[in-house]
This record gives sequence, structure tokens and C-alpha cells, in this order.
Amino acid sequence: MTPLMSGETGIVIGLLVPLLVGLLTPFLAVRSLWRDAAGPLGAVVTFVAALQVAGAVLAGETPRLHLLEFAEGLSFEFAVTPLGALFGLVASGLWIAAGLFSVGYMRGNHEKHQTRFAAFYAVAVHAALAIAWSGNLLVLFVFYEILTFSTFPLVTHKESKAARDAGRLYMSILVGTSVVLLLPAVIYLWVKTGTLDFVPGGILAGHVTPAALPWLLACFAFGIGKAALMPFHRWLPAAMVAPTPVSALLHAVAVVKAGVFTMLTVVVYVFGIDFLADNGGSDWLVWLASFTILASSFVAISKDDLKARLAYSTISQLSYIVLGAAIATSVAAQGAALHIVMHAAGKITLFFCAGAIYVRAHLTKISELDGQGREMPLVFIAFFLGALSIIGIPPLGGSWSKFYLMLGAMERDLLIVLFVLVLSSLLNIYYLLEPVQRAFFRAKVKQVGVASHPLTVIPPVATAILSVLLFFYVDLINGLAELVAG
Amino acid sequence: MSIYAIFNNLPALLVVVPLLLSPITALIPIGRLAWVVALFGSGVSVIVAILLCSLTASGIRITYFMGNWPPPWGIEFVVDSATSLTVMAMTTLAFLATLFADRALSAEIAAKDVGKAYSAWLLACGGLYGLVMTADAFNLFVFLEISALASVILIALGAGRDRRALIAAYNYLVIGAVGATFYVIGVGFIYAVTGSLNMADLADRIPDVEARSIVFIGFGFMVVGMLVKAAVFPVHIWLPAAYSYAPSAVSTLLAAIATKAAIYVLARIVFTIFGGVPEVTALALEWVVVPLSIAGIFVGTIMAIYERDLKKMLAFSSIAQIGYITLGIGIATSAGIAAGFIHIGNHALIKGGLFMAVGGIFLATGSRVSVMSMTGIGRKMPLTATAFLICGFSLIGLPLTAGFISKLYLVRALLDNDNLVIVGLVLASSALSVMYLWKIVEVMWVRPAPVDALEINERPALYIPLWIIAIANIWLGLDASWLVGAAEAAAASLLGAGG
Repeated sequence: MTPLMSGETGIVIGLLVPLLVGLLTPFLAVRSLWRDAAGPLGAVVTFVAALQVAGAVLAGETPRLHLLEFAEGLSFEFAVTPLGALFGLVASGLWIAAGLFSVGYMRGNHEKHQTRFAAFYAVAVHAALAIAWSGNLLVLFVFYEILTFSTFPLVTHKESKAARDAGRLYMSILVGTSVVLLLPAVIYLWVKTGTLDFVPGGILAGHVTPAALPWLLACFAFGIGKAALMPFHRWLPAAMVAPTPVSALLHAVAVVKAGVFTMLTVVVYVFGIDFLADNGGSDWLVWLASFTILASSFVAISKDDLKARLAYSTISQLSYIVLGAAIATSVAAQGAALHIVMHAAGKITLFFCAGAIYVRAHLTKISELDGQGREMPLVFIAFFLGALSIIGIPPLGGSWSKFYLMLGAMERDLLIVLFVLVLSSLLNIYYLLEPVQRAFFRAKVKQVGVASHPLTVIPPVATAILSVLLFFYVDLINGLAELVAG
Repeated sequence: MSIYAIFNNLPALLVVVPLLLSPITALIPIGRLAWVVALFGSGVSVIVAILLCSLTASGIRITYFMGNWPPPWGIEFVVDSATSLTVMAMTTLAFLATLFADRALSAEIAAKDVGKAYSAWLLACGGLYGLVMTADAFNLFVFLEISALASVILIALGAGRDRRALIAAYNYLVIGAVGATFYVIGVGFIYAVTGSLNMADLADRIPDVEARSIVFIGFGFMVVGMLVKAAVFPVHIWLPAAYSYAPSAVSTLLAAIATKAAIYVLARIVFTIFGGVPEVTALALEWVVVPLSIAGIFVGTIMAIYERDLKKMLAFSSIAQIGYITLGIGIATSAGIAAGFIHIGNHALIKGGLFMAVGGIFLATGSRVSVMSMTGIGRKMPLTATAFLICGFSLIGLPLTAGFISKLYLVRALLDNDNLVIVGLVLASSALSVMYLWKIVEVMWVRPAPVDALEINERPALYIPLWIIAIANIWLGLDASWLVGAAEAAAASLLGAGG
């Protein structure tokens, strides 16, 4: 297939279109149709651009876009790594589904301030893509912050006291950790190495003493609050007060994946997997990530609120990716990269379903779902498939990433990590399949069924099918994931 | 020939133009006309500052002998990279504040006082410019007093709206006089042992002075005097009231330029006059300036978090921001001083913009601006509120704003020195500063406006200068190469002068 455009043009279009959608939304709002069509259409164009960028990366190029010189030796530029290309595909591809779902949800639910919502939504996607394609750590940091600030109006969308409190927690954890830990770590790297570029094999070797490695890694692991590593995970359940399209695209895909993407990028392209593994700088992180995986699974079991349960499940799954980075072998990194894609497809499906259930029946609690399977068969089948993918059962995409992560753990002789992964899968089966089991096999307790909007049902079905396809056509993205591992 | 004559007289022009225009404006009965004259004066100052900047950028160190009396007898003006950068920041912000003052000042003070107000305004500006450029330690005291007395008048003008302005002005007068007296006592000690007042001459003579304790005492008095003037914690107590009860335009002017001049003089004292005796200055920097700066950063930030009145909140935030500047200068490396000078320029932009925005809101709503009274302002005054937000982002050092560049270079300078603990403190404080800023953002946009709120109009005369500042904040955040280069040259010239 001949490329439509060069990788550089792809970057320009992929970054510009979401931004334009965001900026133009207030002007398109004269017709709600124009405004609501802008998001999904922009998403399609952005996804095509992201495909071109990924194609160029697969062909061995590094698409680059130099904007200006930030300060001496630090340029404001985009340069796409294989990992970045992968994350770009995920963010833009799922934006298509989420954009459609968002229209259905906001209309079906008669939400207020739909224009503001649509505008900031697109800006957040823009920030996520800019993170994915950033050319150095400073550019990444810049858009990391922009992503935080652009999602704040979405989190506080309801303008209630609960929303304000959640917004405050959201901002204080994400901004606080990034300013106090991430920023000094970035500047420290700049002082010590004189560069912040992403280089395969890392830039640290020879500049930082091995004794300092665990501390520096800790600054990143905790400073990247978006990765929701315990104890800095509280913002994610708090953010669930936002409308479900936000939880779906941003707090299951764009924002949290930006966090783990940053973590993985730092480990692979800044620390260098080999340098880290040789010095054992990340051993402690293996344990903390394992702890987060299990602890948040247990919390998830105790939650009756569907979105809260999904949020804690996300925290657990994000630590799989952090774990992959911490194991620091190329197979584990490959598994982590794959898990960014697989978990994204699975979890967005689950959130879409939660949103669809809410629009149709205004149900938020799992205990109220008894017998609703007959009312919404498609939604619950999609939920079932998404859950299976996250659990990691073939033939769904999630099984691949878990397979590679386990392989990586075996390489380092970390049997206990293997045990953690298996235990986590068992817990997943329990708490993710409970809603499905209740919906199909229990007698109905609540007679509901009010509104319905087709655009809330089609997206989850589509992403559930995507989760299945990702199992069979994993090679398409595995090519990029292998490049990450080097 | 004549054009060169102007170039040779540039430093004098910067002081003489405002000082000469000052009595003229006092005599003008029409407020608007007085404003035009003041605007003309500050416009000329900006042009002169740009010319000075371009001259120093090409490596020229400009000296000017007042009345053609050569130093060490006559008064000398010296403009090097550090001076021109400071003057550039001050004149630009003074010009924008003057632009803003047209509507703001006439709305807040009696019509018959407007001409006199501009007279004091120009006097304050001229005095502060002189303060920065003079190379004569005693002449510096004269400019210090000129600017202080003019500032007292300007602050007292707030009494028409709020009588507390009189007490604030009185406090400023007394405490400022104490600071100036400390300075001049220090100068007396140094004069007694060196017999000179010219800074370069002093720098040459001080290392040879036998009576070290007198040098030390003189240095101590001069530094303490300037710490008072710069409002460094704990001698900052005059500042919050003075800034918050002064008329909006005056707050903008003073917040942007007044303390900056004192900080600049502080750097001059430490690195130029006493540059030859680092064993004297290092002690003061390490044990006084740096700890006080850090304490000021935290006290200012925490006071700002608990403050409800917006102008006072910004004033407390100024204490913290001054701490960042003196911290950079206090670590005394070239990177640190450069970071301090970057923030001198950036903080002038940030605080000038914030006070301007609050002034605009005050004039539109007609009541003192508190956190709660800003409820829903984001929707009623979108232009003003957005500009406030941009300057606020810059204040907390968000990427893509000028404040981020300041923070980046300050942290970098600290890391260069391996001051890990101070880095932690600085960043913790900047995370705290998010709290007070975010509280305002929340009330401006997230809380619904009260139903009975008045109709509010935004006026171009108020938001155009504000937006110039807001855009400058973004522009300097994107392309900081000029400012960083100038600040590094400033640091080099300050350190070079003493070495």
C-alpha cells in the first residue's frame, strides 16, 4: 500500500485536526449536528494520519516535526518512536468509537454544556497525541500538563459539589506529583546528560551512578501520577464523577495510557532496558507494581458502583504495564506495549457498556443489574467480550499481552510475578464477570427501560469485535511492539 | 553628530524625561491630557530601554558622567547587560501600566487629583530607573527616596475608595524610610573606610581595607536596607497592605517594577561593590538570603492560600515570588543569578497582568474583589478572566508560559549545585501555589453565577494592555531564547564586574 502522506504530514494533520475540532466546536455549535459530526469526522481523519505515521515508523523511519527552539539545545519538536506510533494509533482509533458514543450519551442523557464538553474533549485528544509523538521529554511534559488541565472541565462537568471536590483531588494529585517529582527528574536528566531526546538504548548510561537509579526511577514512577501507581491512584476513581464518555476515552485510554506510555518511554528510551536491568534499578518497582495489581483488584471486588469497580480494575491493569517496564527485558517491554493496546480496547468497551446501561436504565450499581441482560443483550454481550479480553482469555486480544508479560517474568526468573499475574486473572474473572452473570442469570428486580440511543450501543459492540480481531490480527501491531523492544 | 549625542546621553534621558515631565503633568488640569503626557514619557522610556538593550547586547558597557564630572568625584551612570535587562522589564511594564491607568486611575480617584497622580507616577518611575542605573552609592539613596516618596503618594491615593490606604501608605513611608536609613548608614560605614562612593571605585578599594569588621558592618546595613525595600521575608510587612489598598493601576505599577529595582540593587551591592570580598558576601548569602528566600516562598504561598481578598492574595504571592528571585541570586552561581534575572522579567509580566485583571474586575463590579465575589466572572468577563488565567498559569509555572522558563532555570541552577533539598522545597511550594490559583479558577468558571448578578461590560481600554501582557507570557514561554540570553549576559557581567 502506498502511503497517502509522508510521516511528517501525518504528524501535522494528526495534531492539528483534533485541536481544530476543539477550537471550532464553539462556532459549529449553531447546529448541534455540525458540532456533533465534527468529533467523529475529525477522529477518522486523525486516525488515518496516525496510520500513516505508524506506517512510516514500521518502514524504519522516524517522522519528525521541528517547530522551534525552546531554549538552548532543547527543541520543541515531535519525533515518533515505535511506542509513540502505537499509542497514537490507540488514542486516535478509539476516539472514533468514543466520539460517536459521546454524541449518543450526551444526547440520550440530555446533558448540559454539550459544546464545552465536545471542545475540551477534542483538545484532550490533541494533547494525548502530542504526548504520543513528542520528540523529547520536555515536550512530553508540556503536553502531559496540558492533558491534565484540559480534562479538568470534563471531570467537573456536572458542576455539583461532588464534581468540584473530585476536580480538586484530580488536580492536586496529578499536578502535584508532576511538579514535585516529574519535573525535577526531567531537569535532573537535562543537567546530567545534556539531552532529553528519546534514544533507543537510553541516554543514562555513563551519566548517572547506579546507586542513584532507583531514586530517579522513583521520581518518574510516582511523578507520573497518570500511571496511577499506588499510593497516587486516588484521582482515578474520583474522576469517575465525569460523564461516561470521559471515563471511557480519557480515563481508560488517553489519560491513563499517557501515564503508562510515559513510564514505558522513560524506561525504554531514557533509562535503557539493559542499563536498568544490569543495575537492578527497577527491582523495587516490580514489587510495588505487583502490590498495586493485587491490592486494587481487592478494592475493585468491594465496589458495588460499576464505574468505581472499572476504575479500580484500570488501576490494576495499568500496573501490568508498569510491571512490564520494571521487569526490564525486551519481551516484557513488548508485552507492556501490547497491553496498552489490548487493555484500551477492552476497557473502553466496558465503559461504553456502563454508559449505555446508564442512558437506558439509569443504573449505576452492579447489584441493580440483575436480569437486565434481556433488556440489553448486545450491551451485555459486548461487556462479556471486553471483560474476557481484560482477563486474558483466548480468543481475545488481552491474552497476547499477558502471555508476553509472563514470558518476560520467566526470563528474569520472577516466579512470584507469574503467580501475581495468575492470581490477578482469577480475581478479574470474579469481579468483571459478576455484572454479566447477574444480568443474564438472575431474576429481574428492577423494572426500568426509559430512553435509548443507538449511538450508545453500536460503539461498545464495535470495540468488543475489535478486541476479538486483535487476537487474530495481532501481527499488525506486534510489528510496532517488537520495534519497541528493539 | 547630533544623533550620536543622543546615543551618548541615553542613560540620562531615561531618568530626566520622567523627572522633567512630572512637574508639567502636575500643572495640567485635564486628567486625560496629563495621561497623554505620562504615556508619552513612559513610551520614550521604553524606546530608550530598547536602544540600551541593543547596545549592551553588542557587548558595549555604557557609562555616563553626570554634568561631565568624571568619577570618583562626579556621579556616574553605568548600563551593562544586567542593567539594561532590568530597565527593559521595568519600562515595558510601566508603559503598559500607564496604558491601563487611563480608565483605571480616573475611575478611582478624584478628577482634580489625576494630574498630580501622574506627576507622582512619573516621579516614581524616574526614581526607580535612576536607582537601577546609578553607579554612585549615595546617589542611589537619593533615587531611593524619590521613588519611595512618590510611591507613598500613589498608595495614599487609594484613600478615596478605602481609608485603609492611608495607614498602608504611612506604614510604607515609615518602614521604607527605615530601610533607606539602614542603607545609608551602611554607605556611611563604607565611606568612612574607603573615602569613595563610586561603585566601581568601591569595588577596587574594599579588598584592601584593613578594618574588615567595618566592611562587614557596612555590608550588613546596606543589605538589610535593600531586603526591606525588596520586601523579602520577614521584612515584607509593608507590602501586602500597600499593594492591596492602592488604586488598581498603582498596584499594577508597583507590583511590576518597584521591588524589582530593589532586588537589582541588592545584586549590585553583593556582586559589584563587595564582589572583591566573597568571604564577606558568601556568609550573608548562604545564611541569610537563601534561608529567608525559602521561608518567604512558603510563608507567602501559605498566606496566599488562606487569603480571601484577591489583591492581598496576589501581594502575598509576590512575597513568595520575590523569594524565588532572591533565591536564584542568593546561590550566587552564574546559572542562579541568570535564573533570578529571568524571573525579574517574568514576574514583572505575571504580577503586572494579574493586578491588571483584578483591577479590571474591580472597576466592572465596583466592589472589592474577594475570592467569592469572582463567582461566575469567567462567563461574565471572559476576556479578562481568560487573561487572568493565562497569567495565573504563568505564576504557577505551567509549561508554555513564561513562568515555566523561570522555574526550569531556577531548578536547573539548583541541581547544578546539587541543592536537592532546596529543589524539593521550591517545587513543593509551586505545587502549593496551584492551590490558591485553582481556587479562583474554580469560582470563576465551575461555580454557577448568582442569579441577581449585575450586567457587566468589559472595556477595551482595560483589557487590551492586559492581553498584551497575557500574550507576552505565552510568547516568552515558547521562545525564551532572548530573555535567557540576556539574563545569562546579565549574570556574566555582574560576576565579571566583581571578579
